[in-house]
Amino acid sequence: MAGVTLNSVNKVYDNGFHAIHDLDLEIQDEEFLVLVGPSGCGKSTALRMVAGLETITGGEMRIGDRVVNDVEPKDRDIAMVFQNYALYPHMSVYDNIGFALKLAKVPKAEIDERVRKAAEILELTSNLDRKPGQLSGGQRQRVAMGRAIVRQPSAFLMDEPLSNLDAKLRVQMRAEIAALQRQLAVTTLYVTHDQIEAMTMGDRVAVLKDGYLQQVDTPQNLYDRPVNLFVAAFIGSPSMNLCEAQLNGSELRFGSRSVALPDSLFAARPALRGFDGRKVIMGFRPEDLEDAAMSDDQDAAHRFSAQISLVEALGSELMVHFDLDAPPVDSGDPDAVEVIGEHATGVGRFSPRSGVRSGENVEIALDVANMHFFDPDSRLAVWG
Amino acid sequence: MSVAIDDVDPPVDGTSKPGRRKRVLSTGQATSRSLSSQPGRIIVYVLMFMWTVPTFGILVSSFRSEIDVKTSGWWKWFTDPSITLENYRRVLSSAPGDDNMAKFFMNSLIITIPSVILSVGIALLASYAFSWMKFKGRDWIFVAVVALLMVPLQMALVPLLQLFTGGAHIGTVTIFPDLSLTGTYIGVWIAHVAFGLPFCIFILKNFVSALPKELIEAARVDGAGHGTTFVKLVVPLSVPAIASLGIFQFMWIWNDYLIALIFAGRDKAPVTMKLAQVAGERGNAWHLLTAAGMVSMVLPIMVFFALQRYFVRGLLAGAVKG
Repeated sequence: MAGVTLNSVNKVYDNGFHAIHDLDLEIQDEEFLVLVGPSGCGKSTALRMVAGLETITGGEMRIGDRVVNDVEPKDRDIAMVFQNYALYPHMSVYDNIGFALKLAKVPKAEIDERVRKAAEILELTSNLDRKPGQLSGGQRQRVAMGRAIVRQPSAFLMDEPLSNLDAKLRVQMRAEIAALQRQLAVTTLYVTHDQIEAMTMGDRVAVLKDGYLQQVDTPQNLYDRPVNLFVAAFIGSPSMNLCEAQLNGSELRFGSRSVALPDSLFAARPALRGFDGRKVIMGFRPEDLEDAAMSDDQDAAHRFSAQISLVEALGSELMVHFDLDAPPVDSGDPDAVEVIGEHATGVGRFSPRSGVRSGENVEIALDVANMHFFDPDSRLAVWG
Repeated sequence: MSVAIDDVDPPVDGTSKPGRRKRVLSTGQATSRSLSSQPGRIIVYVLMFMWTVPTFGILVSSFRSEIDVKTSGWWKWFTDPSITLENYRRVLSSAPGDDNMAKFFMNSLIITIPSVILSVGIALLASYAFSWMKFKGRDWIFVAVVALLMVPLQMALVPLLQLFTGGAHIGTVTIFPDLSLTGTYIGVWIAHVAFGLPFCIFILKNFVSALPKELIEAARVDGAGHGTTFVKLVVPLSVPAIASLGIFQFMWIWNDYLIALIFAGRDKAPVTMKLAQVAGERGNAWHLLTAAGMVSMVLPIMVFFALQRYFVRGLLAGAVKG
């Protein structure tokens, strides 16, 4: 068992494209670290560099204490689970799982024992003689995992293994993989574009964008204290509501609306005083909004009115879409819906008992203590 | 895109309502449907008939006596049927006369089988290298190989013959020794393999490079080097391509006349040369030609039907998603 360390790792392709910029990442022994980011951010490239499938242009890569920059994948003591499973179609499940062991000239009896043990953990024992073509998507996924487990490597590398499964199966497999990793206590580097997978599975999550590391932290910290606009908008579903605002003393004006900010908010964010009289980007999460009629906070200064454009009833809550006349903000996420028009829109998660209807003008209560602020130029979060 | 609406009988599982349903078809399905319709079927039958008639004519002639063949058309056989096995007897007899096919048959086999194995085998190795190995100039060399497809066979015959008979020398330095390869099987094999490789490499490279990249990478992570990946992964998964290329090469080399004529010589002559001899030298022995032609067709047809089984579609099913 070992940790994986990336020191200022860079990747520049032959055509000059600089895919990864000075990536510093330390994955602790037995940690489950998730690499997340929009398409093209370089997360798969980073994973493949750890695996040895891509060359490292600059920087140092360590697995355990060994520098592995020029070491072949098979000698790095890692095992990989591919997005498309990559099972050998002409071999049985048994042979698929045992292939690496056979190549390593492990004694037959030991191969048999390890393959059967892995199959038992993954509930594949009855399928050992079948070929991949005869299995379902979830079963193939398990065979791919079995192939990795049986090698007892220092680290697991997983490249979006759940993205080809349907939604319900994905939720089930998510939990299974997380439980398996805890049981086996193997260092795992997991790549995904799905921030829900990242939040639910990772001990820590590393957010990448355009080859740059944005933030590495526990899921809760990423949610509570995103370091910049991109991370704030990327983490959380639905995305954080963002718009331009003007700060005057303790009044925050956005479009034609305003809320009053309490002193406790400034106390928690001393640097916000520096934006007095200036533009600032404000963000508030859908879960921090509520129908004013149902809200515990009766302070009128923490409310604003808005026109409801759409109400989606999910049963457990209402997703309420509304219009703001403040200028919208582009978070920089290439996978997000493009910002068009001059006015921002917002989403709130209301109680299912709320009686709001589409087309109505409604008072919305905002939990101002949980608001986020960002510098319009640097797009960094404003804290201390 | 054209669509067709089809009347479909409901599935017999007791869950659906009785009565026929309508189903919308894609263009491909619609085309296949129209070919199966009455007028479509008739057209297909007519085409089949036209293409099979000449071969059928030869078959019928091969069973007619020499006099019948030389005096009337084969279609007369329907009005005046008579079967004789005399032609086949002459052609297949083990008597050491000139009409005996057996020796030429053997020569054809000895020429064709090693040529096919060598050309497909070498091409498979080359296609793996071009697809999955990284080396300088790889893509340029592949372009050069494919460009060789455009070199007409006939252009290289004389130089190759000179190479075989005298070797290649620059001044006093010998690049290729004089091995006296004309009239030997080895010379014919070299010629067939050399002329066949550009095409074989082109076909196999396209197939091998289309294998999923993740499969090769998974093997690499599992610890397979190039050799193991080739033998345990690429070859088993390439069986459909190998089978179809093998059939193609077999037909091409079996039916070849020119290379055999130039490089094989009299005593190693294959069936094609024998057929030409029967038609040409003896001029008016075409009753024997029909029987000889039929006999020479047997083996390629057998090979074709034997290897057809290996066109396994969906061999890669289950390997990767989608």
